[in-house]
Amino acid sequence: MNQYPLWKYLLILVALLAGLIYTLPNFFGESPAVQVSPSRSSLKADAALLERVGNILKSASLAPDMTELDGNSIKARFTDTDSQLKAKDILAGQLGEDYVVALNLLPRSPHWLTSLHALPMYLGLDLRGGVHFLLQVDMNAALTKALEAANGDIRSALREQNIAYSGVTRDGKILTVKFRDAGARSKGETEIKQRFNDYTLTDKDEGSEYLLLATLKPEAEHRIQESAVQQNLVTLRNRVNELGVAEPVIQQQGADRVVVQLPGVQDTARAKDILGRTATLEVRMVDETHQATAGGAAPFGTDMFKDREGRTLVVKKQVILTGERINDAQPGFDNRTNEPAVHINLDGVGARKFKEATRENVGKRMAIILFEKGKGEIITAPVIREEIGGGRVQISGQMNTVEAQDTALLLRAGALAAPMEIIEERTIGPSLGADNIARGFDSTKIGFILVAIFMITYYLMFGTISVLALGANLLFLVALLSMMQATLTLPGMAGIALTLGMAIDANVLINERIREELRNGVTPQAAIHAGYDRAFDTIIDSNVTTLIAGIALFLFGSGPIKGFAVVLCLGILTSMFSAVLISRAMVNLIYGRKARLAKVAIG
Amino acid sequence: MEFFRIKHDIPFMSYGRYTTAISLVTFLFAVFFLATKGLNFGVDFTGGTVMEVHYAQPADLPKVREQLATIGLQDTLVQNFGSSHDVLIQIPLKQNLAGAKLSDQVMEGLRKQDASAEMRRVEFVGPQVGKDLIENGELALLLVSFGIVGYLWLRFEWKFGLSAIIANLHDVVIILGFFSFFQWEFSLSVLAAVLAVLGYSVNESVVVFDRIRENFHKMRKAEVSEIIDNAITRTMSRTIITHGCTQMMVGAMLFLGGETLHYFAMALTIGILFSIYSSVLVASPLLILLGVSRADFIKPEKAEAEQALP
Repeated sequence: MNQYPLWKYLLILVALLAGLIYTLPNFFGESPAVQVSPSRSSLKADAALLERVGNILKSASLAPDMTELDGNSIKARFTDTDSQLKAKDILAGQLGEDYVVALNLLPRSPHWLTSLHALPMYLGLDLRGGVHFLLQVDMNAALTKALEAANGDIRSALREQNIAYSGVTRDGKILTVKFRDAGARSKGETEIKQRFNDYTLTDKDEGSEYLLLATLKPEAEHRIQESAVQQNLVTLRNRVNELGVAEPVIQQQGADRVVVQLPGVQDTARAKDILGRTATLEVRMVDETHQATAGGAAPFGTDMFKDREGRTLVVKKQVILTGERINDAQPGFDNRTNEPAVHINLDGVGARKFKEATRENVGKRMAIILFEKGKGEIITAPVIREEIGGGRVQISGQMNTVEAQDTALLLRAGALAAPMEIIEERTIGPSLGADNIARGFDSTKIGFILVAIFMITYYLMFGTISVLALGANLLFLVALLSMMQATLTLPGMAGIALTLGMAIDANVLINERIREELRNGVTPQAAIHAGYDRAFDTIIDSNVTTLIAGIALFLFGSGPIKGFAVVLCLGILTSMFSAVLISRAMVNLIYGRKARLAKVAIG
Repeated sequence: MEFFRIKHDIPFMSYGRYTTAISLVTFLFAVFFLATKGLNFGVDFTGGTVMEVHYAQPADLPKVREQLATIGLQDTLVQNFGSSHDVLIQIPLKQNLAGAKLSDQVMEGLRKQDASAEMRRVEFVGPQVGKDLIENGELALLLVSFGIVGYLWLRFEWKFGLSAIIANLHDVVIILGFFSFFQWEFSLSVLAAVLAVLGYSVNESVVVFDRIRENFHKMRKAEVSEIIDNAITRTMSRTIITHGCTQMMVGAMLFLGGETLHYFAMALTIGILFSIYSSVLVASPLLILLGVSRADFIKPEKAEAEQALP
């Protein structure tokens, strides 16, 4: 009666094999590596870039162990940090600013393992060192900005239509437009309603003044806030690229927060500086009277900037518009030619200035320049074909759809949509990270050895089986964590130790049950059967309650606690499998075949 | 080898009056300390800055304090951490100081004083975050409690669910009482440990309850208290061994896991010790108090009786 069908043994064998394969990468360790990734979404890492990187390294007589194309980046692995650093400097110099060259660590596991997607566990910042920031986006500021923009737009719209008004003021989240008579108000109301469909309008009479109150519709408010967070994410991503971090994490958390994790970064002052920097956008006229001379000084009253293809243009110093006047920029298509284009929406003041500038400069070229780190780059320099009014500007020509998206994004992302504040920072030095790994590993190891010694002396053969099952549990847990690439934190390592300590409960329950049955005079075979059978319900019940706690921790925990919760939940699942199925399989293999079993070694 | 070869059932339920009294007293003590001393919340909850700095030679704490005072940080806590080479600096949250930039200023100052100062860890938590964490912690505690009661209700009976959760919440209060009495730092990882203990120590009650249910079927003529005594005695060996094994793991963390895991393991240790006591000597008397009887399990008996008819 203590026999498993063949398929059960096979299932266990397959599970153990899979566990072994996915645990394996954790033993190979990591090598220093250099990672090259494009700094813009319009550029792709491809076979050509792989070859280019290979050639650059070869010409510098650096021999990487391996270079490969992985997703949208190229990785080159080296044997020592010296050649890694050399390679980074050379690549950064030769590839220019289009690519981010970052230092990284790559698993040393053999190719056949990597091709199975068997990777080592993904270590959290508290184990590998690095910076974690939590930033809060000021949502009210985003709304205020939108309302201020609308304030200017309403004024210019009313002026354009020659509707008499005596003032527009913003009070908190309400825009108040004052009219002298009801007739002007109703005309103004139709005009505003037509142009600004994000606002709810209400009439109010106050003495001799006829007021029109405009408030943002809730869905518009929501949209503005949502896009403010999105825009900030894009901006942060661009800025983090400059830090040269191999695997940065930039994510939205909740409605108004952003998490930035920079593994390996130690210089927090510089990181904070770059994250908090503001970029600006300027529109200026191209000076056609001067020929750009590479390397030469810019003529008087002008500046020289490079465009994205590397051509130098001479532009006038006088600024027509700055990025603050841009309300929105979206990628789209030209109505007539169907070419990819970027549609820009300027605010009232910007629209007026733009109209004047384009009227006076038809046929000339205008440059849109993005300033970051005090250095300007021309995003685009189109020819003005006609006077452009109404604040709706379209940039087109020489662009594909990806570039249009990229430009729109840059125009929007040049500056932060709303100010952000760092509300949480966690920095772990690399030496502490390494210490944490050692401590977590040591306590798990010592704990495991203690439990093993006790179980084997107390339950003899059944104890040995329990310990082997516990080992299998550890194997599965590590394999699952590696497979899922869940972040392993120090509390996560504590979770591994704790689940191992708790997992032994199932085997203790079973072994105690078998002893009890034996004491009651049942034959050994029947005792084994009854032991596993009766203990099973109890094991399920007690594991479910721990699982409930694990799930609650996962739902409400943050950062490292979430890591603990993941390990706790996974550990419960693997322990059910190993403590019940695997230990039973071993017992069956050892004792199950003997028809007449006189004695079992259970102490 | 066998530690527990108990011939006769131990009459645990007849000690009910004493065990309830002991529980009540410890519980009241815990509540008293929580009310008067409160918890020593860590930076995770209160907000502020914690920095860990490592020096090549034993650190000169008065000099560090002096340096901090020059940048306007008088009321900071500066102490050794683990070894004489490591210094822990705790700076409370202040409105007038730019939060995230503060750590850079401090580090700059300390490096000027001693070039070997190495930044090991910085944690800055703004006031908004701490509030959220406390709220989330409370929600998690609530969810775990209701989840466990609900599950035990489903598997056993509401009386079991209720007495198990009372017994285990009593453990939680006692753990918190210890942290309050010794003013150990209550951090996010301690909270995680407390919640894990809640889930784990319910196991204990579940194992006893399972036996009680089984005994209601097996020991038809026995009194309720006899049934419970038998269930506890029969599972005692497993209880001690399981908790002993878990404690070996936790003990390894307590002594080898470093400062970060120390209080986490401490909370687990107290939780494990008290859960043995409470699930046996609090949950079971409560069960009797709530009036558990064979009638709660009468349905399966009826079905069996019908089957037995020819």
